[in-house]
Amino acid sequence: MYEKIWEAHLVRASADEVPILYIDTHLVHEVTSPQAFEGLRLNNRKVRRPDLTFATMDHNVPTMDRALPITDLIAAKQMETLAENCAEFDIPLYDIDSPEQGIVHVIGPELGITQPGTTIVCGDSHTSTHGALGALAFGIGTSEIEHVLATQCLLQQKSETFEIRIDGTLPYGVTAKDIILAIIGHIGIDGGNGAVVEYTGSAIRALSIEERMTVCNMSIEAGARAGMIAPDDSTYEYIAGKRFAPKDENFDAAVENWKQLPTDDGATYDRTLQLNAADIAPQVTWGTNPGMVTDVTGRVPDPSDMATVDEKTATEHALEYMDLQPGTPITDIPVDRVFIGSCTNSRISDLRAAAEVAKGRKVAESVSAMVVPGSQAVKRQAEAEGLDKVFREAGFEWREAGCSMCLGMNPDTLSPGQRCASTSNRNFEGRQGKGGRTHLVSPQMAAATAVTGHFVDIRKFQ
Amino acid sequence: MEAFKEHVGFVVPLDRINVDTDQIIPKQFLKRIERTGFGEFLFNDWRYLENGAPNPEFVLNDPRYANASILIAGANFGCGSSREHAPWALQQYGFKAILAPSFADIFRNNCYKNGILPIALPAEVITSLSQEAQDIEGYQLMIDLEAQSVICPDGTAHTFEIGDFEKDCLLNGLDEIGWTLQYEADIAAFENRGSV
Repeated sequence: MYEKIWEAHLVRASADEVPILYIDTHLVHEVTSPQAFEGLRLNNRKVRRPDLTFATMDHNVPTMDRALPITDLIAAKQMETLAENCAEFDIPLYDIDSPEQGIVHVIGPELGITQPGTTIVCGDSHTSTHGALGALAFGIGTSEIEHVLATQCLLQQKSETFEIRIDGTLPYGVTAKDIILAIIGHIGIDGGNGAVVEYTGSAIRALSIEERMTVCNMSIEAGARAGMIAPDDSTYEYIAGKRFAPKDENFDAAVENWKQLPTDDGATYDRTLQLNAADIAPQVTWGTNPGMVTDVTGRVPDPSDMATVDEKTATEHALEYMDLQPGTPITDIPVDRVFIGSCTNSRISDLRAAAEVAKGRKVAESVSAMVVPGSQAVKRQAEAEGLDKVFREAGFEWREAGCSMCLGMNPDTLSPGQRCASTSNRNFEGRQGKGGRTHLVSPQMAAATAVTGHFVDIRKFQ
Repeated sequence: MEAFKEHVGFVVPLDRINVDTDQIIPKQFLKRIERTGFGEFLFNDWRYLENGAPNPEFVLNDPRYANASILIAGANFGCGSSREHAPWALQQYGFKAILAPSFADIFRNNCYKNGILPIALPAEVITSLSQEAQDIEGYQLMIDLEAQSVICPDGTAHTFEIGDFEKDCLLNGLDEIGWTLQYEADIAAFENRGSV
């Protein structure tokens, strides 16, 4: 499938040159774009296809009441700059007051901008999310953003192909988040370097489109260039009727084209990995990268058990930073904060799953917990279903949409030493706030942890 | 972009694997709308103590490495976010090249766009260069991009791989957007062919 989309987007491929790849959709946000627009101005260049470019504000935006002024003046300036750039270059913008505003990787699929067989880029590594609908989608740097703005193309070397096949049935309480964390635990955070991953197998087919987004979202955490899942009837159903989706007979024609995308039977991949869904347990990270992960029934590892000196040193550093002792059962680790949100797990199905756990229960006294919907549309839907009430009654804060405490660029951050169960994608040192300690989990596990004050095996949670 | 042909510089060893871009330049410094001013925040959370004073434990603060322009690090350097602020910070601090057993894909691409040379060498070579940099005061390496070679003080040369296009861009300080725009007719033809 990767090769089909690749071939269909080659503008120019000469043996002694780097291939020029056409980009169908360019998503833009406030943090990585200002220097790219400035570059265009300095060189007197225009945006080639503003009609294929979409912008929103997500990384910096406060998640408190939108009527309040933004107190972080530098962040406000960055948002203002995006608005000015979009006005100057005629790019549609879903700004902080827009009913469509949200995390760029949540609103793309939600608005039907994300479509199978297309090439999608954004100045954000989690662009791999959009591969869940059968698109080739990957993150780029600011120089490349400028390149795409000016030419609607990218200079790209072809990646290797990597099939990760998950067959079987997921046990009760095990989610898409656990699948991808288990994969990263298996292949390591550089296990996908140089490759585009295609997730296949019956367990992947059985996932909803939103769950597939969770899997593809964290492809980058294994180092992969992109992650993708072949489109099927679930995909077409998901896209039908979305604002930017093809309509009527155009939709039918599009579906016929999309049906040609899946990898041909008998095609080979450069690398392969097979896992059985039945073997996957709920996952919890214990260290300072997403590959430092174990089953919820596991224990904090001992550095002396590591295979290499580098890994031993890295584990020692991680345990020191995380303030954890080797051998501690994961379920004995208490938390101070719980964050449910991010482009990994902030869609309506994530919030429903967390609300089901939170319903009729109370957040532990020692814990402060917050829920940040991925978009204003997710927030409206959740409120229509009464999920906000469930969360509020349980003691969770209910916020406005944005990236929030996934990376803590806005005021939502951990204090030094605070420990957080988070549904986000990175547990790097200081990611959620300097000195903060992050453990990555699924939305269900996060909600259960909020209630009990420590990690629990969701499969046994009463 | 500034061209890169040859470089001779002091070396600092950063003995860690999987150094992520959140460490290279923490998110609180990503709010600037300029391309400059990131060097002083490079490795901020490792480099400075709570009170803002330099952390004496961190290798970049060791006076013997004060003028280093070549960084040696562990495998999978630059993993994580796509922020180009990471190579900006490294470059503005004064680094011209980074040597590691491997690099994360997006980070490596971003380096090429900013005249920084990411050089992947076998793990055992990196370990031995890193050891020499620790053992020998004032340890320097020479990097010859044309010859794709890292030359040690004793004359030992380690060759490295780089794509022809990336090499050409660095040697000539090429403007990639300008390069692509010379094929504007191909782009227009592609657009007319499809429905885009």
